[in-house]
Amino acid sequence: MRLSYYPGCSLHATAKEYGLSTRAVCEALGIELVEIPDWCCCGASSAHSFNRTLSVALPARNIAAAQAEGLDIVLPCAACFGNMRKADATFREDEKLRGEIEEMLSFQYSGKLQILHLLDVICNRVGLETVRQRVVKELTGMRVAPYYGCLLVRPPEVCGFDDTENPTTLDNLIEAVGAQPVKWSYKTECCGASLALIQPEIVEKLVGEITEMALEAGASCIATACPLCSTNLETRQSVGLPIFFFTELMGLAFDLEGCEKWLKMHLVKTEPALETLQGGPSECDTMPDNKK
Amino acid sequence: MQVIWQGETIPIDFSLQEVVNRRSGQQIQLCYHCHKCGAGCPVASFMDYMPDRLFRMAQLGLRRQVLSSSTIWLCSACHTCATRCPNDIDVTGVMDTLKEMALEEKIKSRQKVAACFHKAFLANLRRFGQLHEASLMAVLKLKTLNLFSDMKLGMRMFVKGKIALFPKRIKGRKELRKLFKEIRRRGKVPEESC
Repeated sequence: MRLSYYPGCSLHATAKEYGLSTRAVCEALGIELVEIPDWCCCGASSAHSFNRTLSVALPARNIAAAQAEGLDIVLPCAACFGNMRKADATFREDEKLRGEIEEMLSFQYSGKLQILHLLDVICNRVGLETVRQRVVKELTGMRVAPYYGCLLVRPPEVCGFDDTENPTTLDNLIEAVGAQPVKWSYKTECCGASLALIQPEIVEKLVGEITEMALEAGASCIATACPLCSTNLETRQSVGLPIFFFTELMGLAFDLEGCEKWLKMHLVKTEPALETLQGGPSECDTMPDNKK
Repeated sequence: MQVIWQGETIPIDFSLQEVVNRRSGQQIQLCYHCHKCGAGCPVASFMDYMPDRLFRMAQLGLRRQVLSSSTIWLCSACHTCATRCPNDIDVTGVMDTLKEMALEEKIKSRQKVAACFHKAFLANLRRFGQLHEASLMAVLKLKTLNLFSDMKLGMRMFVKGKIALFPKRIKGRKELRKLFKEIRRRGKVPEESC
């Protein structure tokens, strides 16, 4: 399977481990990622607060760059995914704005490319059966709180691949790699997003509630599919709960090379969750550097 | 016409609701104050007005009060309100419209950092094409004079290789700047500086 790939800014910086594990997992599943040439930032949480045209034009520039290759686009970042899906939906609904932006970017919108989140691709295109077959070390004993956050499931008319109040895609994936998804009511609560840099005490409160609820549900870690959620959960919590990207859990279960490198990049130590694995941590999980 | 609002005599603007509706494509008068938006809002307890109350104020024409509220800037755009609204009002979209209007009219908000952050973010984007966290943080700290918060955290992230020292510049920067300029030419778009 070949797909156009839009990593987004975070995957080269604050969520490097997500970028590395995404590439490794996709390779293991036979997904070829073709990075969109010279892509730009999609405007994240700022462009839509500033100007509507800009918030559509920035993702549209990346869609235009991907059109030459003609492959459906996959995005690992929930915010980038939301922005690009929104721009695509706006192009279908608002002819006037589409015309203006097409003129500004000198391109013709084809409307043929599908815009997909990585989680959707892995669970619904590749399929959980294929994932299960690839697992070599089941993550037995690990209790994971599946955290979707906002932009994977809201607004539903834009995202459209899972239920908006009680999504289950990530739950099923966690189960497929042999871990146990816990049932909890905070799976789609907001982490506060960019408010972490605007009014940090808000994010501290929200993240505090999310991590406490995960602990109360009996989880030993949280799995996310969004770099901003992960950064907020790691940097604004006070309980030492490990946070993984779902691709890292897949990497562990697939026993991929390089996973010890990703796990070392976390700001919250990952060992407490890895120690819950039945049969003890594998060689992949022993990270002397991180224990110092 | 004027009204007395919290002990202060203020002018009212009868066109506000119409402008907000036209720009956002929503019908805010459909709101019947069921409070579902505020009940599900993760940041409601930090806002000065609940979203539905802000809509009522917009209907009553309290322009300056609406556009200077902290509510519009504290909205984290999680879309919970818009997803649950029984009248299908895209509350998040209306918040974006109000932010755009507040910026255009240079109305200072009670939430002082948010507008500055978004402007610094977009200036960074325009300059490099991809976001460079280190320079964004530096600019934000200088603009808000909040120099020492999160310093330790920043250092930890730097040590883990999560904050790049130098920005990654895309090739199409010139074309990107042209896009920003063109959008500004076509409408009232504020400058990306605080």
